[in-house]
Amino acid sequence: MSFLSYLLNGISLGSVYAIIALGYTMVYGIAKMLNFAHGDVIMVGAYVAFTAIMSAGFSSLPAVLLAILVCTVLGVVIETIAYRPLLEASSSLAVLITAIGVSYFLQNVVLLIFGANPKSFQSVVHFKGISLAGGALTISGETIVTILCGILVMVVLTTFIGHTKQGQAMLAVSEDKGAAQLMGINVNGTIALTFAIGSGLAAIAGVLLCSCYPVLTPYTGSMPGIKAFTAAVFGGIGSIPGAFLGGLILGVIEILAKAYISSQLSDAIVFAVLIIVLLVKPTGLLGKKTREKV
Amino acid sequence: MKKMRLAAAVAFAAAMAMSVTAMADDTFKIGGIGPLTGGAAIYGNAVMNAAQIAVDEINEAGGIAGVQVEFMPQDDEHDAEKSVSAYNKLKDDGMQILLGTVTSTPCVAVSAEAANDNLFLLTPSGSSPDAIAAGDNAFRICFSDPDQGYASAQYIEEHQLAKKVGVIYNSSDVYSTGILATFQAGAAEASFELLDPQAFTDDSKTDFSAQLQYLKDNGAELVFLPIYYDAASVILTQAAGMDFAPIWFGVDGMDGILTMEGFNYDLAEGVMLLTPFSADAEDELTQNFVASYQDKYGEIPNQFAADAYDGIYTIKAAIEQAGVTPDMSISDICDGLKAAMTEIEVTGVTGTMTWTADGEPNKSPKAVVIENGVYVSAE
Repeated sequence: MSFLSYLLNGISLGSVYAIIALGYTMVYGIAKMLNFAHGDVIMVGAYVAFTAIMSAGFSSLPAVLLAILVCTVLGVVIETIAYRPLLEASSSLAVLITAIGVSYFLQNVVLLIFGANPKSFQSVVHFKGISLAGGALTISGETIVTILCGILVMVVLTTFIGHTKQGQAMLAVSEDKGAAQLMGINVNGTIALTFAIGSGLAAIAGVLLCSCYPVLTPYTGSMPGIKAFTAAVFGGIGSIPGAFLGGLILGVIEILAKAYISSQLSDAIVFAVLIIVLLVKPTGLLGKKTREKV
Repeated sequence: MKKMRLAAAVAFAAAMAMSVTAMADDTFKIGGIGPLTGGAAIYGNAVMNAAQIAVDEINEAGGIAGVQVEFMPQDDEHDAEKSVSAYNKLKDDGMQILLGTVTSTPCVAVSAEAANDNLFLLTPSGSSPDAIAAGDNAFRICFSDPDQGYASAQYIEEHQLAKKVGVIYNSSDVYSTGILATFQAGAAEASFELLDPQAFTDDSKTDFSAQLQYLKDNGAELVFLPIYYDAASVILTQAAGMDFAPIWFGVDGMDGILTMEGFNYDLAEGVMLLTPFSADAEDELTQNFVASYQDKYGEIPNQFAADAYDGIYTIKAAIEQAGVTPDMSISDICDGLKAAMTEIEVTGVTGTMTWTADGEPNKSPKAVVIENGVYVSAE
């Protein structure tokens, strides 16, 4: 019985990683860049929702929508100002470093506006969850909503990319930017759209993250961001179902390692598993094998 | 061009040296170092606010032996390297005495520097044993971590609070591990059973479900939390979500949970903690301090504020006992003060204190419990 509740806890944690990982993998898969500021966009989204609920008296849903709107705009602005000039001009390493810079910039701006005191985030999920086996097993409302959101986002993204014109354009850009441009695809617009969607997802992830784990500081996004990035690599970066699967597995491994091996070693174990998986399957669980043409 | 730069550098260095020696010798310059931004900022700001109140009071009443006091706060973001830079900056500004640093990890680094310089250091709240271990120039106002852990175990035993006790601690934090070590020592002498301590780290302080599940499954009646309040607030929320309601027992790091914006204070109901200061104490000293703090900063002072307030008055008492003056060298002031510290007795808002030569205060902790969102005495 306790194994089952550990498993549920793992799925609950994993579903949060999964929904963050979806944003990471989407941007990487299409724009071919690691947006290390993704974790901090999550944090911004959470702060927007927090302020809307606590100070402006919004109810949950409008607050979440506002957070999505702000983050979408923020994502596009970051892409236009910080990444696009570099994507065109220089190496991917410069973009990576810029992303780290944007990450610190966002943290410090939020620090300046909201101060350093941790805020306690009120959950946006208002139903209490399900109790099974006479209270021995509980699944919280947040977990249910997070998993459902994760699945929904995954399905919508896959459908969008596979079945719409814009989605096809994204696929084309991810395959070959130059060729896509020659075919008349607006490459910059497509990448901006990718960032808009990725950042909108980040807002949802931020609200769900803070609903499950209710402390909000300017650094809230960074560690879950790194874990989720790991999950995305684990599942095969660029693959949308892979990110979801990677997130879930990572969460379960983390909780089971804490429960059965050592609460001190859990992170070490998580990353050791990652190394082993990547040694055996370098592209991740569901990653595509790509052959370099010479 | 190279020569020009060299000449400019020499001139600049000379100007710096001039400005240091040209400092006015008619005030005591007390530096303060603590986190004013970053995750631990609530502590640093409380310390600086309260220290400023004490300094203003002293200056208004004519200073220390007729000499005015200047207080110079610096931010260290709870980071050891930045703390040492802040220390060097303060020394350049003419600091003679240091009230700080506020948190343990930076204090270990800064006290080593201060020991080299033989500069008098009084930490209000750096509770790790290492925080004042570097030299005989360092003293503290708060309990050391060992005292807190041991005293908590004793308190739980004496009041028969529980038969099975669990712990959740931060294995990446010297403060938390220090308290845990002595709590375990205290528990070994006690009759209650101590469950396997559950760890988390700074990088994994979001999910506590596995730790809580373990404690719930093993029937912990009391959970000891030698951690800061930000992680504690998540633990309380998650425990409520899984219908786990033991007695929660914190230490001074728990202080601050009632000022956390957005926190559902109902969750903190019944949380116990050992603290030398409670803002609802009836003595005149505490009431005056709480009133002026509230007046100036709009909130009830926490224990860190109380430690800092006592810290400034302790420095005053030591200066008066030693008879040091601002024109003496930093090292001479320090020698005078450290001898005086073992001779004085200070009654402050955190109790009546005396000090041993190795810098530890002697005072007795009080247990408080949170009821209706305020601390009340548990006795």
